Amino acid sequence: MQPLLTVNNLSKYYGDLKACDRISFTLYPGQVLGIIGESGSGKSTLLDSIAGHVPFENGIVEYCDRDNNPIDLRTLPEPRRRKLMKTEWGFVRQNPRDGLRMTVTAGANIGERLLDVGERHYGNIRTEALEWLSEVEIPHGRIDDFPSTFSGGMQQRLQLARILVTRPRIVLMDEPTGGLDVSVQARLLDLMRSLVRTLHLSVILVTHDIGVVRLLAHRLMVMQNGQVVESGLTDQVLDDPHHPYTQQLVNATLIP
Amino acid sequence: MDTLKLSPLPIAPTNTQALLQAEHLYKSFVLHHQGSVKLPVLADVSLTVNPGECVALQGPSGSGKSTFMRALYANYRIDSGSIWVKHQGGWVDLPQIEAHQLIEVRQQTLGYVSQFLRVIPRVPAVEVAAEPLMELGVDADAAQTKVRDLFSRLNLPERLWALSPTTFSGGEKQRVNIARAFSVDYPILLLDEPTSALDAANRDVFMQLIEERKAQGCAMVGIFHDDEVRERVCDRVLTFG
Amino acid sequence: MTSSSPGSPGSPAPPPIPEPGFNFAYLDEQTKRAIRRAILKGVAIPGHQIPFSSREMPMSYGWGTGGIQVTASVIGQDDTLKVIDQGADDTTNAVNIRRFFKKVCGVATTEKTEEATLIQTRHRIPEKPLKAGQVFVYQVPMPEPLYFIEPSRTEANKMHALEEYGPMYVKLYEDITKFGRISLAYDYPVMVNGRHLMNPSPIPRFDNPKMDMNPALQLFGAGREKRIYAIPPYTQVKSLDFEDHPFSVENWEHPCEFCGATDSYLDEVVIDDQGGRMWICSDTDYCEQRQREQSGSAQKLG
Repeated sequence: MQPLLTVNNLSKYYGDLKACDRISFTLYPGQVLGIIGESGSGKSTLLDSIAGHVPFENGIVEYCDRDNNPIDLRTLPEPRRRKLMKTEWGFVRQNPRDGLRMTVTAGANIGERLLDVGERHYGNIRTEALEWLSEVEIPHGRIDDFPSTFSGGMQQRLQLARILVTRPRIVLMDEPTGGLDVSVQARLLDLMRSLVRTLHLSVILVTHDIGVVRLLAHRLMVMQNGQVVESGLTDQVLDDPHHPYTQQLVNATLIP
Repeated sequence: MDTLKLSPLPIAPTNTQALLQAEHLYKSFVLHHQGSVKLPVLADVSLTVNPGECVALQGPSGSGKSTFMRALYANYRIDSGSIWVKHQGGWVDLPQIEAHQLIEVRQQTLGYVSQFLRVIPRVPAVEVAAEPLMELGVDADAAQTKVRDLFSRLNLPERLWALSPTTFSGGEKQRVNIARAFSVDYPILLLDEPTSALDAANRDVFMQLIEERKAQGCAMVGIFHDDEVRERVCDRVLTFG
Repeated sequence: MTSSSPGSPGSPAPPPIPEPGFNFAYLDEQTKRAIRRAILKGVAIPGHQIPFSSREMPMSYGWGTGGIQVTASVIGQDDTLKVIDQGADDTTNAVNIRRFFKKVCGVATTEKTEEATLIQTRHRIPEKPLKAGQVFVYQVPMPEPLYFIEPSRTEANKMHALEEYGPMYVKLYEDITKFGRISLAYDYPVMVNGRHLMNPSPIPRFDNPKMDMNPALQLFGAGREKRIYAIPPYTQVKSLDFEDHPFSVENWEHPCEFCGATDSYLDEVVIDDQGGRMWICSDTDYCEQRQREQSGSAQKLG
């Protein structure tokens, strides 16, 4: 099996501060990689660097595209990078306001990526939007409503529909369940789990919630002060933590 | 890179018959937040399991049998030693392979029945149990049919099938767990106290399942607190402590 | 009609004398040159907005200062100027601008579309087709079509550079969703030369098809927003639409009540406080010429 994404020695500095210090990992198709660590550990910066939202100083991020071509994301011309981000990649943000267009309807939110890639048939866009609303368990009747009238959990599900409509191969999620009620979280987690399987998605999931990675992630990286201090299969890291910080993290969790 | 390693590269077993071969396992736990105390649990433990064989791990609490079991599943990462597993006709050494390969070995070759069931609320029992099959690419209908058969054999009341196991009793959860592991034809099965909460009738069904699987050539390692079960299904005992 | 047809053949009127103390066309030569450079860039990249250092003009922003600066930069002594506002030659804005140029350039002016070499417009394209050699200058309040979707100019520039026009279609999608059709009545966005998304200034969508493959040079000036852009002659201009909701123009159930035209853009005029109204051509030149022809032929018949 060929890796979908290879990150090699990625470093990102803010002045003297090493936000990401020589991070390396590979991600394979269909895999969910969890990244946990406390605030300021560099996990969100890592995600932003991989997605190209912020430039990084050193290292290589190589992505294997749909046609099996290895692509160096750091040197990829911006037009191609932006196109890739709208087709084969997706980004789910913690705050739906950052990931959705709050002033246009749910249908238009889902349709936007299709319009980006040149779809120009209104009826087809409607049909696709309805399909994806079903897929993320939002009633069809809400298609012409503004996301601002949706609950927090629905907004996150709409974010998923909005990116999944172009069948991305890799989805980056930054605290997707943050700020949601526990019962709403569970529903979202369940949905994400089934989508990962049915769509064969690869996911990088940044969170500080051990329960979330336990349920979703196949593999886990633990970050502290910009470095990966421990990694392995999720159950390995959580059941047999080696690093002092991981032990502290696991012990501090009520129901790991 | 290999030249930098101090220990010699592990050599694959020459035993062509065995399915699982653990060699010289060492495992200790370091508790960094409790004075960095080091607890040695496994020291030079080895085990070879052949097809159709069931080995019981026995010993008092804290003797390391559970740690050994988890090490065999690569849930606990050992300090040294080899865990050879016959996977797709070739040998793989679990501590040496990459994460994605380990995931594949667990999906196809190495099954594990634990005494606990961890599930997302809201997902029906039948889907929980069908998940391993679906991860192998079996379509939902076929997977659920197989799971329903196992549920009926294990006398799990049909009204529970569509409910989330979060509210199930211990015995009900264990039966979901057993169905989950026995729906896939793993060549190797690890059983970690799977019968602790089962009543006599269901224990009997479970033993039948094990015997059937043994007859098909499955290699098993188990921890059974129930003497009756152990005596009926196990061929050998590995004693700890 | 005070300023009309000094250049009509047969009765050559003496050219008016420019106001002393001003440079020709009000702006100094360096400024005009700088604006012409922006215009040339605009012509080279059809539909692409070129920043320019918009000057203070002797009227306030919003009164067509962008168009006036463009006109001042390209106007020559032998030009014949026509100015229209909402299609009319005789409204305040049109009369003011025409008088202004007459004063600072001393050029000939006209109300006849076919006689003009240079036409400045607010919100309309004349009904009579423009000809090769004519220059047509639009007054533009908001040059950026992406503004309502992407308020950041930097980001909007990037979207133009990368031809990321999906979000513009989001706006049209919303329109169809809300009204069952694309309801934009004016400033209806177009793709120029298959490359740049452009605001055509607030002309009615009725006029959009006239921009396509037009033989005249079309220039756009936005004074407050400090942008110039252009459509060179014979350039493809396509109004945005969906395959299943194609672009269409307005039509009226009435002909013009003055000239009977059925092919022109009509204004609805309220004529009393009883709810009475009439529909008349917005292009006054077109309407008058038609009326003149009709009375002429009627006289002949009589």
